Amino acid sequence: MWKSVFIATVMVTAVMGLGGIQPKHNGILASAQEKTASTAEVKIDNFSFGPAAITVPVGTTVTWINRDDIPHTVVSTEKVFKSKVLDTDEKFSYTFTKPGEYPYFCSIHPKMTGKVVVQ
Amino acid sequence: MTGKTKDEILHDHNQDGVDRRGFLKCMAWAGTGAFCVMQGGVLKSYSMSRLSEMNAAELKGELSFVQISDSHMGFNKAANPDVAATLQAAVDKINALSTPPEFLLHTGDISHLSKPEEFDGVSQILKGATAKDVFFVPGEHDVLNDDGKEYFERFSKGAQPGGWYSFEKKGVHFVGLVNVMNLKAGGLGTLGHEQLEWLEKDVKHLKSSTPIVVFAHIPLWTVYPEWGWGTEDSAQALGYLKKFGSVTVLNGHIHQTMQKVEGNVTFHTACSTAFPQPKPGEAPSPGPMKVPAEQLRSLLGITDVNYIRGQHALAVVDSTLG
Repeated sequence: MWKSVFIATVMVTAVMGLGGIQPKHNGILASAQEKTASTAEVKIDNFSFGPAAITVPVGTTVTWINRDDIPHTVVSTEKVFKSKVLDTDEKFSYTFTKPGEYPYFCSIHPKMTGKVVVQ
Repeated sequence: MTGKTKDEILHDHNQDGVDRRGFLKCMAWAGTGAFCVMQGGVLKSYSMSRLSEMNAAELKGELSFVQISDSHMGFNKAANPDVAATLQAAVDKINALSTPPEFLLHTGDISHLSKPEEFDGVSQILKGATAKDVFFVPGEHDVLNDDGKEYFERFSKGAQPGGWYSFEKKGVHFVGLVNVMNLKAGGLGTLGHEQLEWLEKDVKHLKSSTPIVVFAHIPLWTVYPEWGWGTEDSAQALGYLKKFGSVTVLNGHIHQTMQKVEGNVTFHTACSTAFPQPKPGEAPSPGPMKVPAEQLRSLLGITDVNYIRGQHALAVVDSTLG
């Protein structure tokens, strides 16, 4: 446990260091972030997003999975991200790299709404 | 005939003694949908079991057409693993009608996932209908990709750029509307400014005695907003139709028959040919209702409309299913 926290701290430090010294090396920065970033899942079930609102740290990859018998989409209200049509058990992922609030909805069933808060 | 429908409601709005021959009748079939006969603006519906009690003369009008809806070709889940077979059964039912329909209306969700092979499948089965003309409006399942390119290329030839259109048949004015595009977060179906403007112009010069049939996928009345069963700007559309003595609005989307009369307007939703959906609020979501295989076909359907010209188009009769 302590060991993994230590490694994570080292990684974050390394990322910050790289970012400071060589800010143009976005490829290295992104791959380093992926290793430390968290993930979160939102289930689409019974025509609703669960949880409807989630708060995640910057760099989190959120994955939506459709557990309904009916296709749905995940579309950012402010056009930040947009999934293709997700049939039953299909997934869509998006990595949030900037803090902010990201409201989204199902463009097929617009009564279905959700929000990702990135801190 | 009236005596056979104990649950019918008669509205003679203008109270001018409209000729009984000017009835518009709607026969709702629990098994394969609703059968309607329109005669001068009065609507009656009957349970399917009563069809055999009707004679051909009672059902005959000057114009017959059939509405089908929500065939969801490509759907293969528990509620109905063979939607092609049930669509075929609907076509067989249509072909067996004693008054052959002149054309078909499909009120959307032709496909489940907007795939070319799904559209092909429906077109192929509908070719088996004795009525050769089919008029379509899209459901949200038909326009999932590329702003509905696949649908509009196949089914909207001759329509306005947005896919809406109108046509005349034997003095009845038909309007096909599109309310499944550009849906907004948290909202219902939408017609949009451009389409509303077109509708206003389209009906402006028609005589108020012209019977109007409006068809669109999502109900043009608020059935159950919690499930998105309604259209944001339908009131504006209906406002343009106020002057007409007979307006019949045919919708799909909710996979069950439902009727409502408001002024001169009769709203009717058709059954799906694919799978039933729950009654408003009676399930956690509007997802497909899983029913025993032997019950499935009793919850699917078609809608048959038969118009007979009356001297006035004034009254509406609505009936619940038996």
